[in-house]
Amino acid sequence: MQPLLQRALDTAASLGASFADARLVRRREETVTIRSGRIDGLTISDREGIGVRVLVDGAWGFAATDRLAPAEIDRVAALAVRIARASARVQPFPVRLDDRPPARGRWETPCTVDPFTVPLEERIADLAAADEAMRGVPGVAFTESLSTARREWKEYAATDGSATSQVLTHTGAAIEANAVAEDEHQRRSWPDAGGGYRSAGYEYVRGLDLLGNAERVGTEAVELLQAPPLPAGRRTIVLDPAQLALQVHESCGHPTELDRVYGTEASFAGTSFLTTDRLEQGFRYGSEIVTLVADATEAGGAGSFGWDDEGVAAQRVELVRNGILVGYQTSRETAPRIGRGSSGGMRADGHDRLPLIRMTNINLQPVPGRSLEEIIAETDDGIYFATNRSWSIDDRRLSFQFATEIAREIRGGKLGRLYRNPTYAGHTPSFWASCDAIGDARSYVMNGLANCGKGEPVQSMIVGHGASGARFRNVDVGVGRS
Amino acid sequence: MTPESVARIRDLAEAGVTALRKAGADDGEARVEESHAALTRFANGAIHQNVAADGTEVGLRALVDGRMGIASGDASTPERLAELADRAVRLARLAPRLEPPAVLAGAREIAPVEGAWSEGAGTSDPEARADGVSRLVAAGAAHGAVGFGSWEEDRATVAIATTNGCSAAERRSRTRVLTVMRHPDGGTGYAEAVGSGPGAIDPGSLGDEAGRWAARGGGATDLGPCDLPVVLGPYAVADLIFTLGLLGFSGLALEEGRSFAVPGTTIGAPGVTIVDDARDPGLLPASFDDEGSPTERVTLVERGVCRAVVHDLGTASRAGRASTGHGLPAPNPWGPVPRHLAMSAGEAAEADLLRPIRRGLYIRRFHYTNPVHPRLALVTGMTRDGCFLVEDGAITRPVRDLRFTQSYLDALVGIEAIGRERRLVAMDPGVVLAPAVRIGSFRFTGATEA
Repeated sequence: MQPLLQRALDTAASLGASFADARLVRRREETVTIRSGRIDGLTISDREGIGVRVLVDGAWGFAATDRLAPAEIDRVAALAVRIARASARVQPFPVRLDDRPPARGRWETPCTVDPFTVPLEERIADLAAADEAMRGVPGVAFTESLSTARREWKEYAATDGSATSQVLTHTGAAIEANAVAEDEHQRRSWPDAGGGYRSAGYEYVRGLDLLGNAERVGTEAVELLQAPPLPAGRRTIVLDPAQLALQVHESCGHPTELDRVYGTEASFAGTSFLTTDRLEQGFRYGSEIVTLVADATEAGGAGSFGWDDEGVAAQRVELVRNGILVGYQTSRETAPRIGRGSSGGMRADGHDRLPLIRMTNINLQPVPGRSLEEIIAETDDGIYFATNRSWSIDDRRLSFQFATEIAREIRGGKLGRLYRNPTYAGHTPSFWASCDAIGDARSYVMNGLANCGKGEPVQSMIVGHGASGARFRNVDVGVGRS
Repeated sequence: MTPESVARIRDLAEAGVTALRKAGADDGEARVEESHAALTRFANGAIHQNVAADGTEVGLRALVDGRMGIASGDASTPERLAELADRAVRLARLAPRLEPPAVLAGAREIAPVEGAWSEGAGTSDPEARADGVSRLVAAGAAHGAVGFGSWEEDRATVAIATTNGCSAAERRSRTRVLTVMRHPDGGTGYAEAVGSGPGAIDPGSLGDEAGRWAARGGGATDLGPCDLPVVLGPYAVADLIFTLGLLGFSGLALEEGRSFAVPGTTIGAPGVTIVDDARDPGLLPASFDDEGSPTERVTLVERGVCRAVVHDLGTASRAGRASTGHGLPAPNPWGPVPRHLAMSAGEAAEADLLRPIRRGLYIRRFHYTNPVHPRLALVTGMTRDGCFLVEDGAITRPVRDLRFTQSYLDALVGIEAIGRERRLVAMDPGVVLAPAVRIGSFRFTGATEA
């Protein structure tokens, strides 16, 4: 075990901690950002530090530092114990943890092409070529492009004998074209708004074919300026895999976080309509074809790893099976309250943040039979929504409204004219109950979001969402003034 | 953090600039922040998270032959600082030349501001925070409500130095306490306080305020899509002002043609004046921005007319003017951001705001707002922690939370009256000092379910 981790645990135990764990995390990130051809964001960041979490008198304390000297480790471990004792003053119910076996081993993100071995010149050139191609489209006002590689070396140890070592690698990239005319500002992105992210090497960025998509992205942004707004009405809608990923994220991912269900985010992000009595009742979350899983083992998923940040092995857990609520994303503390073991979802945004229940890869399972293209082909009259532009959902994750960058009419099974500023809105259970078609494995895409915010202070997390596109009936579209 | 920490962190920033020169940079900037953050969170009346973190981060920006590279990390030893500088210079050499070139802050005089640092900052230890949480929870419980919330204390010493002669440093502190009280009848209430230190914060009064509103919120009635006059409380108005600041009052947004904030145009009702003033002691001030430029008071809207947008060094240079001191740390793709916003108070008491409304809504707070059409400031979001029907000039019944899809610009134009009391509300990033307002019409496009 890393000596500083051992020292932190020993100090905490000697001061009265009944349980302690510690993480030594180094995070290196290399990012290229280009705005309208101007590379003013060529950045390397490198941070390292240790976080110590302790249980004393049944209450939690946590302290962190980036000064990795023995005396500082002693100070931080002692501070964590003091904080826990303070917590115990206002903690009437002692924390109890599940009894997962001690975690031991090593895990590393599989990378075909280690992104940190690809010369930065090459990564700059790849991105600059795509950015230039977007700007070559007449009418494009400004562009933004991003390429990033992040690696975390994470050592974990706990007083129960756990000791794991992980090397987690993420890559991501994005291109975005913007067109502006009078009161209109239209945007198109690839592969997703804010970028696409995977647990993978640079092969993921190469596979996105940024240059090959750049002209299309620019052209669509300009074309949208002239497109009519999407008229209001109740329509059949088809969501592309990227927008469906965010729909899953907001309306299934967050409400199945069990800490949220128990109210620990009530003063910030909110609570959940999926209360635990609904688990016992077999609550109908969606139609029979809707099955959703939390799967930290899926290769390439942005939320894949070996162990979570309290030493629970990565696993696949069903949340919704054939439309029925069957599980939650849990931690060692929350899972026993529903009589289960942790689902392994505790993660922290760096060494200086406390682990929280975070989405891993929350995936809508593909349904064999029809690809997304075939679903569109069998739809007589509908609207196809692609690439998120804005999102909003209430504090219990029921009432939502999304806007996408683009929509197309579906008429007689074919994609037709463009609509600008498209929106749709609904309520989570009735929306998912109206889902009558989900694409099969041929259309399945592992999407990645890098900006999932939760907790105070806010922690940003990379999460994955596998989705293959889906159709929903009788949905309100064209909501609001435009 | 002692007064000596200012000199130590300033020295570290200047050592960063020296290291950049040694590494081969023509010019450069060093930004250093030493921070201590502590936060106690509570839910269901009990503390469930309680954390503290210390750290020092150094960001070095190297300019070499008109090219720029940025490296950040810890710099606990001179060797580590040299390594960071070397990395920034190597990155700069890989980059294409910037045209127009990057601009660094020069040796402008930076007058100190009052109120950036509270001598009380850091005096609240975990035991004191726990006791404060106990008082807050008890005050809410007196109304039959259960407390959720957080008590956050941040302290930092920030320094920026450049090869152009900028050398700025100061201590900053912030304490923020917020709570949501939940009543068994289904009502929820919210209260928060923010300041440069814990001294001015009374946890009991926050628990009392949120508890009172929670106790009024039970048995909410349903309301469908509608256009109604509204009174927005300061928390909701803060969201409105802050969102407009992000979307439009930025030199970059104006430069790129995506801003509604064209100086000289009318964008608000005649009573609306909005400033951004990082030098106001009541607005969690800062004497310099994240590029080392001195901060300035900027009048964004004066009696309904847009007067100016904020600038950082880049947008100011391209616009042929000086920075207003609104820069963020490099790299910054978002452009300058107003972070110390204040809307002028009016003369109306709360009863005056409500009195003319025959049928409308009183809304305490917005939740999860996001722009649907940024150019028009068309925003969707939900009401939260207090939405009430107003009938014949008085608050009568709670209403189940509503979704709105409304142009915040139209709302600004539609302001009919402004409250005389204002409240400081923390946003991310920054603060807004906001009054309550009455707006003639606000569009609600849906509602949540029971």
